[in-house]
Amino acid sequence: MPTYHLNINGSQKKVETEADTPLLHVLSDYLELNAPTYGCGLSQCGSCTVLVNGTATTSCMLPVSSIGKSEITTLEGLVSDNGKLHAVQRAFVKEQAAQCGYCLNGMVMTTISLLNKNPSPDDVEIRNALEGNICRCGSHTRIIRAVKTAAKSL
Amino acid sequence: MDQTKTIISRRKFIKSSSGVALFIGVSGMLPQLISCRDPKQIEKQLARHPLTAWVKLSEDDLITIYNPAAEMGQGSMTSLPLLFAEEMDADWSKVKVEFSPQESEVYGSPGWAPGSKLMFTVGSRTTNSYYQVMRKAGAQARYVLMSSAAKHWEVPISEITTYKSFIVHKKTDQKISYGDLVPFLEMPETLPDFTEEQLKNPTEFQLVGKDIPRTEIPAKVDGSALFAIDIRLPGMVYGVLERGNLHGSKPTLTNESEILAMEGVLKIIPLDYAIGIVAKTLEQALNAKKSLKINWSQSKASGHNSQEVYATYEKIASQKQSGKVIIEKGDFPKAIKTAAKTYKVDFKNDYVYHAQMEPLNAVVQVAEDGGSAEVWVGSQQGPDTKLGVPKILDIAPENVSVHLQYLGGGFGRRSMNDFVEECAVLAKEMAPLPVKLIWTREDDITYGAFRPLSLQRLIASTDPNGSVTGFSHSVIGDGGNLVASAVANDHYDIPNQFAEWREASNGIRLKHWRAVGHGPNKFAIECMLDEIASDQGLDPLELRRKLMAKAPRALATLEKVAEISNWNTPSVNGRAKGMAFVEHGSLGTGVCEISVDRSTGNIKVHHFWVALDSGVVVQPDNVKAQMEGGIIMGMSSVLKEQITIVDGKVQQSNFHDYNLLRMQDIPESIETAILESTEIPEGVGETATPMVACAIANAFLKLTGKPLRHLPFSPDRVLQALNT
Repeated sequence: MPTYHLNINGSQKKVETEADTPLLHVLSDYLELNAPTYGCGLSQCGSCTVLVNGTATTSCMLPVSSIGKSEITTLEGLVSDNGKLHAVQRAFVKEQAAQCGYCLNGMVMTTISLLNKNPSPDDVEIRNALEGNICRCGSHTRIIRAVKTAAKSL
Repeated sequence: MDQTKTIISRRKFIKSSSGVALFIGVSGMLPQLISCRDPKQIEKQLARHPLTAWVKLSEDDLITIYNPAAEMGQGSMTSLPLLFAEEMDADWSKVKVEFSPQESEVYGSPGWAPGSKLMFTVGSRTTNSYYQVMRKAGAQARYVLMSSAAKHWEVPISEITTYKSFIVHKKTDQKISYGDLVPFLEMPETLPDFTEEQLKNPTEFQLVGKDIPRTEIPAKVDGSALFAIDIRLPGMVYGVLERGNLHGSKPTLTNESEILAMEGVLKIIPLDYAIGIVAKTLEQALNAKKSLKINWSQSKASGHNSQEVYATYEKIASQKQSGKVIIEKGDFPKAIKTAAKTYKVDFKNDYVYHAQMEPLNAVVQVAEDGGSAEVWVGSQQGPDTKLGVPKILDIAPENVSVHLQYLGGGFGRRSMNDFVEECAVLAKEMAPLPVKLIWTREDDITYGAFRPLSLQRLIASTDPNGSVTGFSHSVIGDGGNLVASAVANDHYDIPNQFAEWREASNGIRLKHWRAVGHGPNKFAIECMLDEIASDQGLDPLELRRKLMAKAPRALATLEKVAEISNWNTPSVNGRAKGMAFVEHGSLGTGVCEISVDRSTGNIKVHHFWVALDSGVVVQPDNVKAQMEGGIIMGMSSVLKEQITIVDGKVQQSNFHDYNLLRMQDIPESIETAILESTEIPEGVGETATPMVACAIANAFLKLTGKPLRHLPFSPDRVLQALNT
């Protein structure tokens, strides 16, 4: 089996797996990073979202062989060494923008990606950005509020 | 009661903890204080008394409260401990919450049936059924602290007060924190069995009713909260099942040797309805699953076509013979004979799927000798707290430990523990290796357990003044109470009522789905009222006001929602409002404002307003979150979701063909008004969802003059309604 050297949350990780193994499975089953979650395996729900060079990308259909030297950031990588949450995470807590929490990883990562490109998105831009992320519990109105709160605090 | 069971698991449960565990006995039992540093003492005490452990104190003032209910986003990890902390007068900032062990004799709720004790997080009953249990246990914990302080200070207990984790004796100006009191804790000889009158009056609540953030959200936001799918154990192997898309069909595998030769495949395990594969990695298991060659038998579902079956249902509805009578009040046939006008309308609803975001999964490890097992799972638990595992392994329940994890959504699907049983079957074969069973999203949909398809035939009569005198409701469908819940109109003063269920079985797997029968049945009832109002030229608000004249709590929700939605102010051009009333434990009336794109058939919901009476509100912000979530899930099911079945086979397989509501379609606002009450709290998780179909259809009727009578209101059905 081929070996891959991946740049995950700022450190180099060595993984031995098949070339077509999705990044999601590498993160969860090999590197024990729990935040990106399996929801559909078809890039339809966004729960497996990670940042690839700062851009939100679903990881469930992304072959590990395609990663190369790209910088991968997962939700775990947002928390600073002293345990301080990222401003977007804090905004989600403040607005209580979650119920079961399974989609939360994708919502937070997609929000960070949006705010990287557009620091003060309006309602329509927020909705467009999060269109690929499904939340079954129905926290949407709070999530939109959290994105606005995060934008203000950044 | 099986004492050994609780003893063993509780021993494990407290062994590693420091501090003092305070065991408050269930009614009549002697309470105990046990130092967690002395396992032998714990063992000895536990052997003597069946106890209930709700709280652990430690010298650093940390208070750990145990939550007996599943946490699937509804907030039990906060609401139940909050009730305990309220009566204990605990400083909430020092409270930590953990799941209790899954032992129903100790932690079960008595709220299901007299004498029963279940750990079963369903039916929106958690807060309601634990309301008194948690408060009483909290009050007893406070009493132990007070009596210990009284003894320590040598003052009468009647002079002791408590405030935010402190014991105070004003006369001598003494004060001690709960943590500092730990070394002096002593069990009083008797412990009052607090009655409702001896507990705090809701007007005295310091924590209950305040906007307290949910305890588990920080862990969910930083990724540290564990779902069952996150569990990984040394040596763990992966299991998947191929179940096909024809429910009840039996498989015959034709390429077994080919599959066994695939890399990583450890075992093929045939079940009656599926072929199981266990492999070293998930990829290997999934690859093998894709390569299976299976001949599937016909099943009871063969020949069932979900879009054609309504013709059969209509015939069943027209048969003379009644089905199972659910309600018979007054004389409905006479009401029809003497009516000034009668109405007869059929309403239909297709199958819908749960779509909880975390696909079903479990981890089970069976001991090498087969005599015990451990289970890691996100379950809404069940009538059997060990989730069917003991029976599969043929071992005693006390030899099965269930480690409950957070649930990535439940909605009723996780109250059916078929996935846990499957994992136990695989783990039995693989013992002592732990097995993680994962349902792919495709498995989760095609082998789903759906809210049943059904047809509701409603017949109503009115007198010359337009008052509703008779109401008949026939439900035709599969699943008994799954289709027949909520046909009663307890809050409407209709003198003659009849309701019945006529069975029509199709071999499709069915299950509770957030409020289940309430969705289709409230849709039918509330739309029928608006069709009558529309025909008689009445305001739907006026019609309901009259019907609710003898139900003041329901009426108050109607009046409140009319106020906050500005019901009497007409909507801007191209928009209209519709209303609906629902009772599901709590009472709620909802109003929505919609517009319709007449070229595409798309309905847009702009605003939703809800007025709710749910008794005492433990966490107001969380109740609002439940209303918002309920409405959005309702909108998703009403506007988007549809499982179709052709010749018994489920046609959908993932979110590309089973559409859910997404960000673009979320209303601009959802506003909830909570009515003040000191009554016992009622469930709020399932009150909003059933409002949505009828509120939207009623707004559509007002806007276009056309009724919508078949769920979901897909664009083609909306266009069809507009063109008739």
